[in-house]
Amino acid sequence: MPVAMPQCDEAVLGRRAEIVAALKRIVPGEGVIASEHAMRPYESDGLTAYHQLPMVVVLPETTEQVAAVLGFCHRESIKVVPRGAGTSLSGGALPLGDGVLLGMAKFNRIREIDFDNRVAVVEPGVTNLAVTQAVEHAGFYYAPDPSSQIACTIGGNVAENSGGVHCLKYGMTANNVLGCELVLITGEMVRLGGKHLDSAGYDLIGIVTGSEGMLGVVTEVTVRILKRPQSARAALIGFAALEDGGECVARIIGAGIIPGGMEMMDRLAIHAAEEFVHAGYPLDVEALLIVELDGPLAEVDHLLERVQAIAQACRAVTCRISNSEEERVLFWAGRKAAFPAVGRISPDYYCMDGTIPRAKLPLVLRRTQELSAKYGLRCANVFHAGDGNLHPLILYDANKPGELERAEQFGADILRLCVEVGGVLTGEHGVGVEKRDLMPVMFSEADLNQQQRLKCAFDDKSLLNPGKVFPTLHRCAELGRVHVHAGRTAFPDIPRF
Amino acid sequence: MNDILKPRDAAEVEQAVQWALAEGKTLELVGHGTKRAIGRAAQWDATLDLSGLSGVTLYEPEELVLSAKAGTSLAAIEALVAASKQQLAFEPMDYTAVLGTAAGAGTIGGVIAANLSGPRRIKAGAARDHFLGVSAVSGRGETFKSGGRVVKNVTGYDLCKLLAGSWGTLAAMTDVTIKTLPHAETEETVLVRNLDDGTASKVMAAAMGSFGDVSAAAHLPAAVAARIVETATVQAAVTAFRLEGVAPSIAQRKSVLEQLLAPFGELGTLGEAPSRALWRAVRDVTPFAAAGAAGSRDLWRISTAPSHGTEVGRMLVEEAAAELLYDWAGGLVWAALPASNDARAPLVRATVATAGGHATLIRAPTAVRATVEVFAPEAPPLAALTTRVRQGFDPQRVLNAGRMWAGV
Repeated sequence: MPVAMPQCDEAVLGRRAEIVAALKRIVPGEGVIASEHAMRPYESDGLTAYHQLPMVVVLPETTEQVAAVLGFCHRESIKVVPRGAGTSLSGGALPLGDGVLLGMAKFNRIREIDFDNRVAVVEPGVTNLAVTQAVEHAGFYYAPDPSSQIACTIGGNVAENSGGVHCLKYGMTANNVLGCELVLITGEMVRLGGKHLDSAGYDLIGIVTGSEGMLGVVTEVTVRILKRPQSARAALIGFAALEDGGECVARIIGAGIIPGGMEMMDRLAIHAAEEFVHAGYPLDVEALLIVELDGPLAEVDHLLERVQAIAQACRAVTCRISNSEEERVLFWAGRKAAFPAVGRISPDYYCMDGTIPRAKLPLVLRRTQELSAKYGLRCANVFHAGDGNLHPLILYDANKPGELERAEQFGADILRLCVEVGGVLTGEHGVGVEKRDLMPVMFSEADLNQQQRLKCAFDDKSLLNPGKVFPTLHRCAELGRVHVHAGRTAFPDIPRF
Repeated sequence: MNDILKPRDAAEVEQAVQWALAEGKTLELVGHGTKRAIGRAAQWDATLDLSGLSGVTLYEPEELVLSAKAGTSLAAIEALVAASKQQLAFEPMDYTAVLGTAAGAGTIGGVIAANLSGPRRIKAGAARDHFLGVSAVSGRGETFKSGGRVVKNVTGYDLCKLLAGSWGTLAAMTDVTIKTLPHAETEETVLVRNLDDGTASKVMAAAMGSFGDVSAAAHLPAAVAARIVETATVQAAVTAFRLEGVAPSIAQRKSVLEQLLAPFGELGTLGEAPSRALWRAVRDVTPFAAAGAAGSRDLWRISTAPSHGTEVGRMLVEEAAAELLYDWAGGLVWAALPASNDARAPLVRATVATAGGHATLIRAPTAVRATVEVFAPEAPPLAALTTRVRQGFDPQRVLNAGRMWAGV
């Protein structure tokens, strides 16, 4: 494992039997898993290159049990790693050998659906798709739709601030969560927000969303549900050059059109997807753009005409408009299957997740091709074009010595490039362990220290998911000190009145 | 009179906070000072005037992004993006009418620090949802940044969310990056006449759950509707729904909405210009303007579940002779209460507690704000967490100490 995790606390491991017994008193029955065989499914998440057996797995069923487990771990200074469905692509749920793996899968009930207030109150183990399924009979849906939505849970979505292909228009998880019940590592419970739109006090929901399970454990979430748009149609547009596709995206947005989804794929991704699902993608293009408009029929048709005109002006070589729901779904089928499709043409692939200012796309793709040649590894690109979120898929073979390491170095170079052009390390997959050691590329020590001080406010002993996000873990006491440069700044030369 | 420090750049902001730390002084953070009267009536040793940090540093319409120094005038930013047919979609309200401060003033930093929004909150969110990146000086006198210039970003904790709505109690923002969005090509408003508050609440819920895709829904009881030019002629309560977008879309949605609304009362329409004027008045709560008929009343801003708004309103009318304006399909209740020694805080807080949500005392004399909590008090574990968060940014309580809560 190339990423160093916090050192195992031998004193804790030495008390393992006693700890397991104590946890069994809190969560009786089969809620505590301690045998190596039964813990095996939890050793890894969606970032399968990393695995580690936890000390023990606990599957609580009630908020009180969660509070009791966390309170116990806090008193006994035992680390805790929360886990939803384990679909994280950044190793956010990677266990610790001396830690409790707190699985939230049993929190799988939808507690309330309130159409008058357009919210659903759900437990964190409910899957993303299940929220939509619970409200679609009334024509509603839950907007964030990460591609793992069949499996991933709302609790995990909150932890990672998950996105999806529709976030340009409908926002990410943080824009769609109104309230939550949060258990702190001390076992204390706080309620944040509710069915109202504005948080009282500090926006702690905003900070918990995307905190990668390091600030608390969410035991209930109130999400916004939206009326599903009356219609949706998609355009499938092919370009002979990536630059033309990039220009088309910029001009669509420049024309004041915010599509429900706007996705781009490069040649390698197009070919892989077409061979896999036969979506009818053109194979003689360098870039393929899917633009989906949603809303009232009159609006969709009106805007599609404009999109077609813009595509023509940007030298599109093909342009098809979906004429039925089946055809629209088919257009998407290739894109949605792009990851497994690439998985068919390579033994392994490594999915990256940087975001860049859209205008930098041609530059970033050109430099990625140069890196591809340098590392001797192929790279397919799919791209949430509307919001600049790039998913390069690096193709490698884990069975060939050194290829995984080369793939990781290639990926790190792409992410450094994203930051260099004004972008960020991760758009929706999270930092986790995967990008942890790249954080200094984007943030100064002062930036990271301030983030860690926030963690200290929630978790003074750094017991919740340590080893994720921050390359260096400082002790809270050390971070708490104030450094006053009295001599230097006693008389600042600032205009006074 | 207190010292006013007016830094010219971010480095001087850091020096000013370092100075305050070293001298054990507290600082009041201001931009243009338009919202100075919101918050507990606290005293500070000096004023840190951030209005000198002015200027847009980046605006790329096709990337939907704008960066500016925190003291940049909001009006200047709105004019700049309007020239590219864009807007700040969260429609930040202007508090100057209800507070009686200089109209048109206000900085982008102030907009974010107060997490402002407007009628479009129900569809487009608040400042927090459009705030992409920040550079700020903490109460420790350290400069830090968070976020970036791209919309989709989960790299590290999103400190932007925390700073939005923190009323300058965590850090002095020096540079901010926000999302811009296309301006709707046109708009219209559909009005329903003479609904009682309870019926209006149900009708607004139905409209929000329809294909109408309304971008604002408000209910103005008769006395309040009478104070807005565009609704005064109705001479009754008005429930209003805004439709924005391209003309063919509005036409289709309008017919959806009119079918839904027709059984409830007489319908009317406002075209583009009067529609804009109406929603600006709702946004800025002009019926309760300091210079108007309700100017001497105490003003509460109540955020609750939309379906509970009118129930909260009914209690406040019965118990405290409140005047009301409902925005956000009922989820935002502006309640103007006859002036009293305690702004009827116990009643307001108890009523809101029953419904869920929270209340903020936006306007009351200084003497009242010195004794009554302005922001909703928090329960013990949450209050302790809030204090620890504050300590992480500003352990010596240099910045706006006591503005949100005593001791914070």
